[in-house]
Amino acid sequence: MMQPLKLVLKQPLSPRVTRFRLEHPEGAPLPVFSGGAHVMVQMQDGPVLRRNAYSLISDPQDRSGYEIAVQREDAGRGGSLWMHRQAQPGMILDVGAPVNLFALDRTARKHLMIAGGIGITPFLAHLHELVRGDAAWDLHLAWRSRADLPDMALPARAHLHLGDEGTRMDVPKVLSGQPLGTHLYVCGSARMIAAVLDTAQGLGWPPETLHAEEFLAPAPGAPFQVHCATSDRHVHVGAQESLLEALEREGIDAPWLCRGGACGQCETRVLACDGTVDHRDHFLAPDERADRIMPCVSRFRGTLLTLDR
Amino acid sequence: MTLSFSQSRFRDDYSFANSDAAIRRFPFPFDRDSYMYSVNMEPHRAAGPEDSVFQRRFDVDEHYLSEMADRAITLQRDPMRCQSLPHMRLAGWDLLELIMTAKAEDYPDLFALQRDGACWRWINRPMGIDDRFTFLDDATLPCGPMEYITRQTQGDFALLDQRQGNLWMDAGMITSQADWSLDFDIGMNFFEWHAPVPRAAQMGIFQRALKFLLNVQQGAPSRRLNWTMTVNPRLDTSPETYPEWGPEKRSLTPENVGQRQFLRVELQSFWRLPRSNGLAFPIRCYLCALEDLVTVPKWGRRLHRVLRDLPEDLATYKGFAVNRPLIVDYLSRFDDGAPTSPGIFPD
Repeated sequence: MMQPLKLVLKQPLSPRVTRFRLEHPEGAPLPVFSGGAHVMVQMQDGPVLRRNAYSLISDPQDRSGYEIAVQREDAGRGGSLWMHRQAQPGMILDVGAPVNLFALDRTARKHLMIAGGIGITPFLAHLHELVRGDAAWDLHLAWRSRADLPDMALPARAHLHLGDEGTRMDVPKVLSGQPLGTHLYVCGSARMIAAVLDTAQGLGWPPETLHAEEFLAPAPGAPFQVHCATSDRHVHVGAQESLLEALEREGIDAPWLCRGGACGQCETRVLACDGTVDHRDHFLAPDERADRIMPCVSRFRGTLLTLDR
Repeated sequence: MTLSFSQSRFRDDYSFANSDAAIRRFPFPFDRDSYMYSVNMEPHRAAGPEDSVFQRRFDVDEHYLSEMADRAITLQRDPMRCQSLPHMRLAGWDLLELIMTAKAEDYPDLFALQRDGACWRWINRPMGIDDRFTFLDDATLPCGPMEYITRQTQGDFALLDQRQGNLWMDAGMITSQADWSLDFDIGMNFFEWHAPVPRAAQMGIFQRALKFLLNVQQGAPSRRLNWTMTVNPRLDTSPETYPEWGPEKRSLTPENVGQRQFLRVELQSFWRLPRSNGLAFPIRCYLCALEDLVTVPKWGRRLHRVLRDLPEDLATYKGFAVNRPLIVDYLSRFDDGAPTSPGIFPD
């Protein structure tokens, strides 16, 4: 469910991070959302239709517009480059309804948020709500250097850890001093998330108190072929596109929400497989991987993959 | 649209009755001549004839005032039918906002909502309510936001918290339930509160249903119909009051079955709540006596076939196994064996 929104502001926050503000073309109020939600932004990049998910960073209760912060990834597939180079104020962009896969657990006694780099974005929306409410919270943000740090209005009590100033985050120390009932939320690179969660598990944090969000961009890989049994079509998946994108290009219906291997919406049954599915999602359980694939991020190496699509 | 509200009771003398128009718009749940579980979800948007129960987001019908009066009686006798765990406060406001905006838009002659920032004025003409309050400020309402709005809205409401990849029954207003208890289920997750349902777990129904529900998007609600059988037009068929209504199941005779046996249909819908990321689960109950149902020939034929062929464990779970022979006997008089048309609406 996409709606056309008008890009009204494009403001650099740092050498690599730019803030974008989207409003209804006629100024109508947008639906409220909850902290941690993201929207899908659709970009027509030459012949390629891109859909990238970005966390909303504006106040969830402010219906006058949605704001996102995009970090330029020079080695990425091109979505962030398009936003930085092509997107201009006045342009109309198709934007999906807010979807939240990283909400706060309201049963928590305290919310402990740990962000690595641009992983700060979902927490910016959470902070709007947390500073208004009476729940206990802490935020730790790690960034490489002060020169790269985006110009964000962080609350004074947020803890900033800057690599070039020698104030690196001491994760075991941060995690050890927390009251019972604290929930941990981590957003950042895969390596950073794994390190923080490993530490938490080692310290005995209950699994239900651990939350992480890593948006997987569909990583490129070797091209491959799939056979779609229901529509009886053979589809070629190029090196730079995802299986889901290839299905869409061919007009083969596949539902989706997060396009990042987390929500489970595009789960597809594998009817035959002669080769190896390269599972890159966070959704399928190990036993489900035998006969299912998440086409938004996962790929295939081998001679034959037949899908129930 | 003009609605005239009936004044009837869902207890004591059971004076409840459907008008001819109400019978015609009854949400008959069977789209074919047999029944088995399925994840029968569809988008909750307008469907069917102009006056069908699917035309508006929260259907208001001729029984509105009677149902609200019945809810008030039930709550007075047992306040635990309405509960909200502390972390569900925001979801309650979400629900109030959803219902008020939907009703004011869908029924402008009955309801009005005026908003000036956080200062809201709510007018409910049928119930004679004209209240001003501050949005998100509990102290400005006479009770919690969920209780406030569901005392003015037909149907039960469960508010589900979404966390740990599951849904949790953490708040609700439940006074017209088909034999389940909010007080028992409060705090349970999706698999726990569905544990008593036969067969469905083995069929993988719950895994699929949960995955669907976790991904319900804001602005894109879904719905399904569920059904059971109730003797007498009683909304409050809860475990707590079983001594009052359980014995009535044994009061059916071949002479009174058409009049006193009701098909009970739940119009269930599912809404993503934008502020709390919770899920609202309205369960709207419609009752129709067998003798009224069979005035639609298609429904008489089909209901006979469905109930005759239903597996015994499902009849037991739905609580009418003891009366099935009586019911099927009665309905067989309205089944001439003719084919029925697809879909749920009358021909």
